[in-house]
Amino acid sequence: MSEEPDLELDCRGMRCPLPVIELARHVEDVAVGHQVAVVSTDVASRTDVPAWCRMRGHDYVGEDTAADGVPRFRVSRAR
Amino acid sequence: MDGRFGVVAYLDTASSTPLHPAARAVLDDALRSGWADPRRLHGPGRSARLLLDNARAVVAEALDVRPDEVTFTPSGTDATHRGLLGLLAGRVRAGRAAPGPVVVGAVEHSSVAHAAAWAERWLGTTTRELGVDRLGRVLLDDLGSLLPGASVLAVQSANHEVATRQPVAACAAAAASHDVGVFVDARASAGREPLPRGWDTAAASAHRWGGPAGVGVLLVRHGTRWRSPFPADDRVDERATGFENVPAALAAAAALRAVVDDAEATAARQHALVDRLRAGVARVPDVEVAGDPVDRIPHLVTFSCLYVDGEALVTELDRRGLAVASGSACTASTLTPSRVLEAMGVLTHGNVRVSLTDDATEADVDALVAAVAEVVPRLRAEVGL
Repeated sequence: MSEEPDLELDCRGMRCPLPVIELARHVEDVAVGHQVAVVSTDVASRTDVPAWCRMRGHDYVGEDTAADGVPRFRVSRAR
Repeated sequence: MDGRFGVVAYLDTASSTPLHPAARAVLDDALRSGWADPRRLHGPGRSARLLLDNARAVVAEALDVRPDEVTFTPSGTDATHRGLLGLLAGRVRAGRAAPGPVVVGAVEHSSVAHAAAWAERWLGTTTRELGVDRLGRVLLDDLGSLLPGASVLAVQSANHEVATRQPVAACAAAAASHDVGVFVDARASAGREPLPRGWDTAAASAHRWGGPAGVGVLLVRHGTRWRSPFPADDRVDERATGFENVPAALAAAAALRAVVDDAEATAARQHALVDRLRAGVARVPDVEVAGDPVDRIPHLVTFSCLYVDGEALVTELDRRGLAVASGSACTASTLTPSRVLEAMGVLTHGNVRVSLTDDATEADVDALVAAVAEVVPRLRAEVGL
C-alpha cells in the first residue's frame, strides 16, 4: 500500500451510511484498477467499506491513515 | 392499528416477547398467593415457597436439568453475569494468581463481553477473543491455541442477531480436554430448542419465551465449582440475590412449559417463514441476508440494505405497523454498530433484525417483504442512488 490512492474522499464527520454513499458516487471517477480512499471518522466504515466491496464486486485494499491520523479505507475499482 | 399486539406485525420477539397466555393464566393467582417471604415458616410463607419450588421443578423439567441446578435471577443479564463470573470465581484460589484468561466468542451478547471486561478489572483476568466466520459461527480450529491456560470459555447456544447455531458440544469437548469451564448463553434458543450439551453454567431469560420480564434463569451443573462473584445473600437459593419474584417465576415457568410443549411444531413453522422472508428480501437489489440459512434457530433473521440509514428504515417500517429491531450504529444507544455484524464482516448500515412470534403468519412475512421492497428503493432515491 505504498502508492497513494488516485482519489481521496473526505468523509470526516459523516455518519453511516454517508461514507459508503460517497464511495459509490465516486468510485467510477477513477479508472478500473485504480484506487479510491475513504477517509472516515465513522467506526462503521471499518466494516462497511469492505462489505461494500464484496457486495459491489470491487477489491478492498486495506486500511491506513490520512496525514491527520484519521482512518483511511482503500478500495481498488475492479469493474 | 389493527392486528395482534397493536401493530400490523410484531417482528421483534428477540428483544421481548408478549406475555404467553399460559403465563397470564397463572399470574393472577400467583400474585394472590405468592407474595410472602418463601423463607418463612408461616402459612403464607409456605405457600410462596411451594409456588417457587413448583416453578423451579417445571423449569427443570422443561429444560431437562435437575431442579437443584435451577436458580431464578432478577434478569437474563444477571443470570449471564452469575453464570460466567461465578464459574470464574470458582477458580479463584486464595493467595494465588488470577484465574487464567476468559475465552469469549466474538459474537456473544454484549452482556457477556461486559462480564469479561468486568472480570479483567476486578478479578485480574485477561480476555481472548474466539473469532467467527462470515456466517457468525465460532472458529473451532482456533480453540487449540486459545484454550491452553484459559479458565472459562463463553459460547452462546445460537446467535441473538443472525440466528446461527454454535457448535457448543464440540467447543465443550475441546474445553474439557484443557480443564476449561464452559458458560453457555442460551437466551436466544431456550424454550425453542433443547439446551446444547456440555455446559457447566448456562443462562436463559423468560421474556424471550413469553414469560414476564425480570426473570432470568441461571443453570449450574451439579458438581460444578461455582462461587458467587457478587455479595452473598441469604435467600432460599445460595446462588440467588434479592427477594424472589415468586409470581413472575411461576408465570415464566408456565410459559416455558407451554412453548416447549409446542416447540417442534412452532420451529417448523417459523423456519419455513424465515426461509420465505430470506428469499423475499434477497430479491431486493443490494440487500445482504446474514447468518446460516439452514443451521440456525427458527424464528430470527438479519439483513442489511446498502446505502440505507437504519434508523430511517426502522421508522418507515414502523409507520406501516411493522415492528423490527436494527443493529445499525444510528439505532444504538452507544452509536456503535452491532458487534455481531462487525465480527462477521457483514454490512452494518441499513440493518434490520426480524424475529417472529410463535403465531406469525405468511401474511406477516409478506407484509414486511413488500414494505422493504417499497421503502428501500425510495430511501436510496432520496440520496441519488
